[in-house]
Amino acid sequence: MKYLPLIWATLWRKKTRTIFTLLSVVVAFLLFGMLETVADAFAHPDTGVTGADKLISTNKYSITLSLPFSDAQQIRSVPGVAEVTWISWFGGYYQESKNFVFALPIDTDSYFNLHKDEFIVGAEQMQAFRNTRTGALVNSALMKKFGWKIGDKIPLHSTIWTRKEDGSLDWTFDIVGTIGVKDPTQASAQSSTLLFHYELFDEGRSFGKGEVGWFEERVDDPAQSAAISGRIDALFANSPNETKTQPANDFTMAFIKQFGDIGFVLRAILGAVFFALLFLTGNTMMQSVRERIPELAVLKTLGFGDGKVLMLVLAESLLLCMIAAVIGLALSYAALPIIKMGLQGVKLSPAALIPGIGIAVLLALVVGAAPAMRAMRLSIVDALADKR
Amino acid sequence: MSEAIVSLRNVEKRYIRGKQSVDVLQGLSLDIPKGEFVALMGPSGSGKTTLLNLIGGLDTPTAGEITVAGQRLDKLGSGALARWRANHVGFVFQFYNLMPMLSAQRNVELPLLLTRLSASQRKSNAMAALTLVGIADRAKHKPSELSGGQAQRVAIARALVADPTLLVCDEPTGDLDRKSADDVLHLLQMLNRDHGKSVVMVTHDPKAAEFASRVLHMDKGALLEAGTALA
Repeated sequence: MKYLPLIWATLWRKKTRTIFTLLSVVVAFLLFGMLETVADAFAHPDTGVTGADKLISTNKYSITLSLPFSDAQQIRSVPGVAEVTWISWFGGYYQESKNFVFALPIDTDSYFNLHKDEFIVGAEQMQAFRNTRTGALVNSALMKKFGWKIGDKIPLHSTIWTRKEDGSLDWTFDIVGTIGVKDPTQASAQSSTLLFHYELFDEGRSFGKGEVGWFEERVDDPAQSAAISGRIDALFANSPNETKTQPANDFTMAFIKQFGDIGFVLRAILGAVFFALLFLTGNTMMQSVRERIPELAVLKTLGFGDGKVLMLVLAESLLLCMIAAVIGLALSYAALPIIKMGLQGVKLSPAALIPGIGIAVLLALVVGAAPAMRAMRLSIVDALADKR
Repeated sequence: MSEAIVSLRNVEKRYIRGKQSVDVLQGLSLDIPKGEFVALMGPSGSGKTTLLNLIGGLDTPTAGEITVAGQRLDKLGSGALARWRANHVGFVFQFYNLMPMLSAQRNVELPLLLTRLSASQRKSNAMAALTLVGIADRAKHKPSELSGGQAQRVAIARALVADPTLLVCDEPTGDLDRKSADDVLHLLQMLNRDHGKSVVMVTHDPKAAEFASRVLHMDKGALLEAGTALA
């Protein structure tokens, strides 16, 4: 601690240069904080599916290929299966493509029976949903985001499904109630949900009639999940629509991976940023030490040993990187709500920022190593020769 | 004769510059008694600064024995030499060599960072040293805000603050006007006379040498003669 005033004063010896270096490292760590949080969210997604008792059956070859609705009856007959429901991917947005809505056509009875005790829907609103063919239940966060209210008629644009009636991709729904989740950890994952009737969807679409995207099953005994999955898939083996049944969480992970290895892409970008930063900061540190050779020689003259001089230069590098990292990571933490707005349903964790501190230390040691070694090896006599 | 604070026996110093070998000091022997103020004079390249570097423990000899303040310096490694310098010798340079970003007081405190003194003790000792050299009122000023004479006083305070037995001064008045130079020399003389500091000073200035109790002349790496007390 007693060396801190010396290190601090040395760091600010050339204020402008230090500020610009600091800013470049701050920007790098801001980028790190934002991208790492997103990469972490995709690597450890909040699947929005609770319990180990849920299975998902999709087409064996691709989740983009559909399955016949009639399979539901056969699946229901499999011993151990308590409930079956079916869903299709609607791919909807509101007004602009950035306004993603997690719209799902559902079979009301089987869906809410399967997800018993998971959702909060008022009894009157549920009744209104059942009675309204074009009715929709909307998550309250989504209602707030778009300023919707119960009674509103809202258009959603599907990226896939054209309407039989007019060939349009626009579907209209009447908001009849709000839907919430009992488990607060699921709040983020469900924040963009809009549920509407499968009958409306199936009758209204111009193609794919009688087909579903996937089946969701609830099993009586989660310990039997693997055996039940095998039994379901065996039912459709060698048929034109073979199935692949897996735990719901695995399905969600596979679904997210459709978008590619986002974590790898983001971390590759970060790698390039920090690699460039190594040269920038390393060069600045080297230049700073070069300018201070006579001063470092004086410190050695006064009795500062080689190791102490090495530590002083490394500490300066560490101080610079740590200050910048803390500012950058704090800014990225402050930016989390903005990122969340652009990534509906993705749960961002501030814990993803913690490795940033370790990276700051590593960066400081790498960029400080060469100048610190140079300072350590400095010959007092040679360094002072031009400065006496 | 009193005990020698500096004792050199057959000291040689050879520098290798590329493929060339340059003999700077050749078989030099010298005793400086404790409490003496010695001026070292001679033409450029005569080996004065090299001799001063060896006495101050900044460099090591190619051959021979160097004993300063009871310690054989030629036997010490770089780490031990650094610790020895911190405890036994204070340096004063021609261009002061103060840290430009630190105040006068912080500059003087630098050698005390190597001790176990508390922050308040370091500050108090630094202020005492600045008071001794008559510049306590400029303690908060940075080197760029001081005149040459004032900066050299701060440098002397820094050399003194750890209470070394020996002051090694390389052209301490070389960058000063006559008045400031005389002030600095009077200060060094006072430190030698009233505080018992041994002083070894390299100078080109005969007037500066008059402040020393003995003047040594060097040429081509060897001592020519020993002068007598002039002041």
